[in-house]
Amino acid sequence: RAGGGGGAAGPGRAGADTVSARAQGGGSAVIDMENMDDTSGSSFEDMGEMHQRMKEEEEEEAEGEAGAGEEEDGEFLGMKGLRGQLGRQVADQMWQVGKRQASRAFSLYANIDILRPYFDVEPVQVRARLLESMIPVKMINFPQKIAGELYGPLMLVFTLVAILLHGMKTSDTIIREGTLMGTAIGTCFGYWLGVSSFMYFLAYLCNAQITMVQMLSLLGYGLFGHCITLFVTYNIHFHSLFYIFWLVVGGLSTLRMVAVLVSRTVGHTQRLILCGTLAALHMLFLLYLHFAYHKVVEGILDTLEGPNMPPFQRVARDIPVVSNAVLNTTAKAIALTL
Amino acid sequence: FPGLADVSIPQDIPVEGEITVPVGSHSPDEDYSTLDEPVKDTIMRDLKAVGKKFVHVMYPRKSSALLRDWDLWGPLVLCVSLALMLQGGSADSKDDGGPQFAEVFVIIWFGAVVITLNSKLLGGTISFFQSLCVLGYCVMPLTVAMLVCRLVLLAGAGTISFIIRLIVVGAMFGWSTLASTAFLADSQPPNRKALVVYPIFLFYFVISWMILTFTPQ
Repeated sequence: RAGGGGGAAGPGRAGADTVSARAQGGGSAVIDMENMDDTSGSSFEDMGEMHQRMKEEEEEEAEGEAGAGEEEDGEFLGMKGLRGQLGRQVADQMWQVGKRQASRAFSLYANIDILRPYFDVEPVQVRARLLESMIPVKMINFPQKIAGELYGPLMLVFTLVAILLHGMKTSDTIIREGTLMGTAIGTCFGYWLGVSSFMYFLAYLCNAQITMVQMLSLLGYGLFGHCITLFVTYNIHFHSLFYIFWLVVGGLSTLRMVAVLVSRTVGHTQRLILCGTLAALHMLFLLYLHFAYHKVVEGILDTLEGPNMPPFQRVARDIPVVSNAVLNTTAKAIALTL
Repeated sequence: FPGLADVSIPQDIPVEGEITVPVGSHSPDEDYSTLDEPVKDTIMRDLKAVGKKFVHVMYPRKSSALLRDWDLWGPLVLCVSLALMLQGGSADSKDDGGPQFAEVFVIIWFGAVVITLNSKLLGGTISFFQSLCVLGYCVMPLTVAMLVCRLVLLAGAGTISFIIRLIVVGAMFGWSTLASTAFLADSQPPNRKALVVYPIFLFYFVISWMILTFTPQ
């Protein structure tokens, strides 16, 4: 680091400063590239080696002529290959600057400590927030507090992915383009991030007091209702049961999100826009998850399947029915032609 | 960063490390040089290390050997064998409903990375690759379960075989989760263990689900 600090001061002074640093010898923590034994031919090592030799010669000259103006000697070594020496100093300079930039960029972008405050929760807090997400608040004239926490929403999204996978497997859904896992992850994360961003944009337009992290957190905890509904209805296949759950559980979590948003917005039109959009998107997503990834009623499929099957992207299969239908149709066609 | 002032730091973890910094490559290091040994020695040493870790997973004890010398050979072998065995488990050959090799591979590594990041963000003291190493090695019981399932499915695919497979996969899933929890939960502050265990539970649950619903062609 001492060498690097000296190198920052410009090519002319670099020589004089790094001389003193490097002259301290091998007891420093700085990697002494000039003294490496292997000559692998790497330009930096060769450059460093030549650099060191030039510096040593420079040092001898500077010490020899005590009052002869060290800076001038540092830059112009008389007839001694001016261009070569300047070139090496510039290369050395660039190497040090590059190294510093790379370490700065790494510590900036690979620093996950930026996200650390959002994961600072206790299990009791997570449990409390999960239960609260189903209870609509009554006081909408006072801005309600939203915890800007990302652990709970992230875990809920992953749980929803797992439940979706379970639902797709039990209904033998076939994905024609893409994979089961990719579809599940894409749907859930796309909903969470996309709808959050869209609602944040709308909230910005309607002057609601909510930040992006709070929006992500609110919507994420709203997925708790979805998880419960889908978990129950993917295992117990009654459509009426699903509709009851959709209204009750989905409705409760929507009411909570809507009430919190309303408490943070001023003005009737803005409140209506925000809450209408959020309620619609939330409830429709639950409907979509149920119908797109679940056993469709067999009657609808039987009439649609056959030789003229339209190209669905996702089809629930029931092999004996298909083969029976095809057999029957072909038998009828053959009987007709005979 | 005013928000970072509230980050809780555990007070009871001792600070330790080395103060001396290795200086240069001058010291004669023929004793420690592993360049001149025969290749067989190198391979045997690595194989022994991998084998020792497998034994640690079989009998999970709170030892730090698994954590200290991490390596990713074991997880790679396990992941590749599991992905190979899980490939193409669908009834239709044209469009696959079963997981592909790349899908299983990506799920395992991406899931392990997410769990590691989560445990680090929650204030864990374990390093990135150590955590990956532990999670990868703890996939071993599930690989064994996959082998057993494949053998059972050779005999037939009825209700009895489903029940056998369910019991085997369930037991191995519990073993995997317990084994990885024994290693990873220690590195967390004591009141946050549940927060770290849940993603591990989900991760192994997804893998177990893929194994259980595998039906060969």
